[in-house]
Amino acid sequence: MIISALAFYLFATLIVASGVMVIVSRNPVHSVLFLILAFFNGAGLFILLGAEFLAMILVVVYVGAVAVLFLFVVMMLDINFVKLREGFLNYLPVGGLIGLILLIELLMVAGGWAFSAQAVPGPGAPLSALAPDPGVSNTLAIGKLIYTHYFYLFQAAGLVLLVAMIGAITLTLRTRKGVRKQNIAHQVSVNAKDRIELKKVKIRGGV
Amino acid sequence: MFEITLSHYLSVAAILFALGVFGIFLNRKNVIVILMSVELMLLAVNINMVAFSSFLHDLSGQIFAMFILTVAAAEAAIGLAIMIVYFRNRGTIEVEDINVMKG
Repeated sequence: MIISALAFYLFATLIVASGVMVIVSRNPVHSVLFLILAFFNGAGLFILLGAEFLAMILVVVYVGAVAVLFLFVVMMLDINFVKLREGFLNYLPVGGLIGLILLIELLMVAGGWAFSAQAVPGPGAPLSALAPDPGVSNTLAIGKLIYTHYFYLFQAAGLVLLVAMIGAITLTLRTRKGVRKQNIAHQVSVNAKDRIELKKVKIRGGV
Repeated sequence: MFEITLSHYLSVAAILFALGVFGIFLNRKNVIVILMSVELMLLAVNINMVAFSSFLHDLSGQIFAMFILTVAAAEAAIGLAIMIVYFRNRGTIEVEDINVMKG
């Protein structure tokens, strides 16, 4: 019990600290790296909550794909980041005020949260189909639900990813002008007749 | 103190969400950091979802957290693609310069 509590406090402190570093660090590359750290700690929190599958998904999808994508873009674009940080202190008061108000509101809700007696589904409750089986691993339980109860939503999620992929490709695809490229279909479809022309040249006459 | 309740998780998520909002205000000129702040906010929402799912013994929260993850990945990919196209056309990604479509 104490170990899991200590792990929770460790992950919570680290996730908040790396969240702060994401938004205040001068170099966006450092921001991305701290974002990766925040995702790792989020995965740790998920494991403490018993959601191992989502923790692994978080590491694979976020650290493996999204954060690397951010890193690529930050390093690829030639941006003067010093110029972008101008006015950093101007926005500090209003942003801090709004953030603080939001935080206080959310903490008031979170601190006063308590389950009502009806909220926890007992045996035979309408939600009992969604309750995890004690003897079944988290991944298996999620898989059982996702391929039965939430099948259409799962397909829709796949569709969202497909649309995002096509959109990203078509947005960034460009055909440059002035680049000599090999057009294989064109090369193959050429006839010998079109390429070579036989001419009778008179001797001493010239072409 | 050593009894971790739902409120602890909700508090962490609330702090993280507020940090995301704060980051959007703080880095108003830098689209990349704004996108990262949005990712932070989505992570906070996911922590909320999974915490509720775990404490209510209801798996649908985790499944919806997965869908949020999917949409967040799609959003990051599209956002970064738009940013790259914009940078190619204009040579800058300052938010204040992105007002061509303003009527």
